[in-house]
Amino acid sequence: MQDLTFETLIAVFEEIFGRGLFWFMVAAAVLVTFGYFYVLIRDREVSWKKFLVAQLSMPVGAVLAVWFVMVMTDSRLADLGGPIDIILFLGIAVTGAIGMAILVYTLEALLGTKRTKGEADI
Amino acid sequence: MDRRQFLTAAVAGGAAASLVSPSAEAQVSPVQTSARIVIIGAGAGGTALANRLVRRLEGAQITLIDPRREHLYQPGLTLVAAGLKPGGYVVSDTAKWLPEGVTWLPERVVAVDAEAKTVSTESGETLGYDWLVVAPGLVLDHDAIEGFSLDMVGENGIGALYAGPEYAARTWAAASRFVEDGGTGLFTRPSTEMKCAGAPLKHTFLIDDIARRAGNAGRMNMVYAAPQATLFGVPIVAEKVRMLFEDRGVDTMMNRTLTGIDAGARRATFATGSGSEEVEYDYIHVVPPQRAPDFVRRSGLSWADRWTDQGWVECDMATLRHLRYPEVFALGDVAGVPKGKTAASVKWQVPVVEDHIVAGIEGREGTETYDGYTSCPMITRIGRAMLVEFDYHDNLVPSFPGMIAPLEELWISWLMKEVALKATYNAMLRGRA
Ligand SMILES: Cc1cc2nc3c(=O)[nH]c(=O)nc-3n(C[C@H](O)[C@H](O)[C@H](O)COP(=O)(O)OP(=O)(O)OC[C@H]3O[C@@H](n4cnc5c(N)ncnc54)[C@H](O)[C@@H]3O)c2cc1C
Repeated sequence: MQDLTFETLIAVFEEIFGRGLFWFMVAAAVLVTFGYFYVLIRDREVSWKKFLVAQLSMPVGAVLAVWFVMVMTDSRLADLGGPIDIILFLGIAVTGAIGMAILVYTLEALLGTKRTKGEADI
Repeated sequence: MDRRQFLTAAVAGGAAASLVSPSAEAQVSPVQTSARIVIIGAGAGGTALANRLVRRLEGAQITLIDPRREHLYQPGLTLVAAGLKPGGYVVSDTAKWLPEGVTWLPERVVAVDAEAKTVSTESGETLGYDWLVVAPGLVLDHDAIEGFSLDMVGENGIGALYAGPEYAARTWAAASRFVEDGGTGLFTRPSTEMKCAGAPLKHTFLIDDIARRAGNAGRMNMVYAAPQATLFGVPIVAEKVRMLFEDRGVDTMMNRTLTGIDAGARRATFATGSGSEEVEYDYIHVVPPQRAPDFVRRSGLSWADRWTDQGWVECDMATLRHLRYPEVFALGDVAGVPKGKTAASVKWQVPVVEDHIVAGIEGREGTETYDGYTSCPMITRIGRAMLVEFDYHDNLVPSFPGMIAPLEELWISWLMKEVALKATYNAMLRGRA
């Protein structure tokens, strides 16, 4: 098959992470996203307080994601060689940042204190 | 949808919609047949084809013949020989990749009688076939290098990474000593056709890079020696490699064929065309001449007038069908076509052979053709590679035009080699890519 279809992409991702881990990660991402929407709907608003902490965690997520990719692939920052590399690098960082922010926001809202649960605001 | 359309769609944000359309293959219902299909070799080509044929055919008797119980992911050998991966990275069980419904005969094929349509194995078993796919890869002719034997690898500055995972690991043992001590490193390639012609270049670039990182650049005398007049079969790529070598200070010795080594004296002998030349080394990377397995030539399947010293299977370069025996196909390294001894080519050849066999079973002509696609993530240092893709016509055929420049040293191309290549290869083995 010379076409790059959805099935091929899934097959390749399954091979990269292993079938179990890949689908576990997909499930985790779906769960966290649902959790996020759940708390948004439950609280009927974006809590800017929670969002602030979540935002603060974003650089951590970005650095973690980039670090993970670099370590796993024996790479260094100096290896970035062209525009597509910078785009990919930023893409990894942004994905890490957004993922972390959503995770932190959701965890705060689900497990956090009264304040973060949006009940009392003192 | 081809790769270009896919990317355009992705860029246009339409990917999600187009991605969910089922592949054409899934819509085709299996063809009923009682055909006997024999595949010689359960390497990259044979395994991928078997996995696809079982899905396309119902009732077919598919037999894979291969004595090797371990499957080797050969593109990983370059990484093993640079100390980046352990030997085990390239090894898996042959059985793990074989689909239900095919028979695996763990034996060595010794002859094919294409007139009688039979295949014989070492134990004397004879199998009849309606369709035969010859996919036994190629043979590394280490004996052709005088004074060299595989047990020398890893000692006295001798490397030979093609010979398998254990030898690739031993190659790293010798190479790592060389990058510490410095001296003259000789990197060779054979005059015959060879699999992954980029691999000897990759080894040169990697060892050079590792020496630089160790702060030993000044003590290294890196020399790339080749029987050809240019550094790569595709002129535009050859020119790029020439520039990179100039930049890194890698010298070249062109039109030199390695014929022998004196391991004790650390001296290599090259044929120069008009005579011979001796060169001293501290490290030598030996890539031996490569040929079709003997049974191919003995069975009269080889070209009579081309590659006569190498014996590749005579076949149509677009359909891979044998020119004299229409029920026989060549697949992978053994095919006598002008380009394409890579796993990437196998990925593009398998659907062609599949199409023509299924069409033949249905009594019609197949339509798929192979245009020589080959690709090679040409590593130029740890962390960077060039994604070189080309066809029979020496045209560059980039999969990601406008995004991944083929002659640019990029991190993304390195990531493809490190992360995506093995995954894509495995998906191909399963017949899913
Ligand atoms: C160092 C190195 C680096 C490479 N790098 C790349 C790369 O970066 N990208 C890329 O695309 N490709 C690369 N390749 C090439 C790629 O691995 C091969 O082109 C591919 O494996 C060929 O597939 P095949 O099925 O023809 O042969 P193989 O995968 O070699 O399989 C042949 C099988 O046939 C069996 N066999 C042999 N003789 C007989 C017999 N008489 N009877 C029965 N069975 C037999 C063998 O046991 C083997 O299992 C590289 C190869 C090497 C060695």
